[in-house]
Amino acid sequence: MDLLKILAIVGSGTVLFLVIELIRRGRLKERYSLLWLFASGVLLILSSSRDILKYISDMMGIYYPPSFLFLLAFLFLLLITLHFSVTISGLSEKNKRLAQELALLRQEMRESIGRRHVDRPGKE
Amino acid sequence: MKTLIIVPAYNEEESLPGVIRDLRENIRFADILVVNDGSRDATARTAEEMGVVVVSLPFNLGIGGAMQAGYLYAEQGGYDIAVQFDGDGQHLAGEIEKLLRQINEGSADLVVGSRFLKRGRYNASVFRKIGIWIFSAVLSRILGMPVTDSTSGFRAANRRVITFFSRTYPDDYPEVEALVLLHKAKMRIAEVPVSMRERTGGRSSITPIRSAYYMIKVLLAIFIDLLKK
Repeated sequence: MDLLKILAIVGSGTVLFLVIELIRRGRLKERYSLLWLFASGVLLILSSSRDILKYISDMMGIYYPPSFLFLLAFLFLLLITLHFSVTISGLSEKNKRLAQELALLRQEMRESIGRRHVDRPGKE
Repeated sequence: MKTLIIVPAYNEEESLPGVIRDLRENIRFADILVVNDGSRDATARTAEEMGVVVVSLPFNLGIGGAMQAGYLYAEQGGYDIAVQFDGDGQHLAGEIEKLLRQINEGSADLVVGSRFLKRGRYNASVFRKIGIWIFSAVLSRILGMPVTDSTSGFRAANRRVITFFSRTYPDDYPEVEALVLLHKAKMRIAEVPVSMRERTGGRSSITPIRSAYYMIKVLLAIFIDLLKK
């Protein structure tokens, strides 16, 4: 076992463990963790089995198999950040809508309270 | 026709009283709504003291989000017509009737007041002028009609557009993009000549430095809008 392989196993293993631990503690929602789990799982398998890594690398014409690991990790990160951007877009749209609805509700509430104040002296 | 005048205001305590007075004197048939976009000055209190309806956003959403809040109010309040009217004193209440004619006739869904259809007293920075010229060229091509003042925020909308904008309205620099969205939704857009005044208070949100960024962003947004379903 060379150092690089150990490093790769420890790296992807740590990420996998961390993600599972975060889900277990309720700090990470499942829907956001799927990509992480998948990414760290695949990387762990590939870094622990030289044969699979070598096989895929040869198939893709990659001379130095570990660089395929880097490529894969990079692509996963790209995918994850893109997923975040989509999520943030959705959230900011919802956030805007909430702010607008809140402002309208507050105006409506103030108006109805104001009217009650005006009504009362007449009734008494 | 139930008409609402939407006045978006961000830190406009200085100019707002003049704007509201101008509206009251010239337009008696319409309700006035001030959308306070998370101002840090006394914008909301100033407007409330003058007795207009104020909708205060909990934080600054930008002109797009603020304007949409106004359209949302118009939609929920059952208004037939909504007029966009800047809170900085740039627009003249006496010019509103010009916008309303084609809406009332039913010959347009959105009417834009243009500074450039006739000679006015409007002076913009060179950067802004270049930007406006490029937008006009691009928009005229997309909309298939001459558009002289695509960045004008002086507009009147009928019920169809009110409903549309309450659901979909662009965020950051919405004026140009809104026209593209309406065109894609098969709404009829018209321009009428109006005069505008120099700002009476506050500062334009568009500084020369931001102009280039603004332009690229809006052009990009337009092309993305065209690709959208």
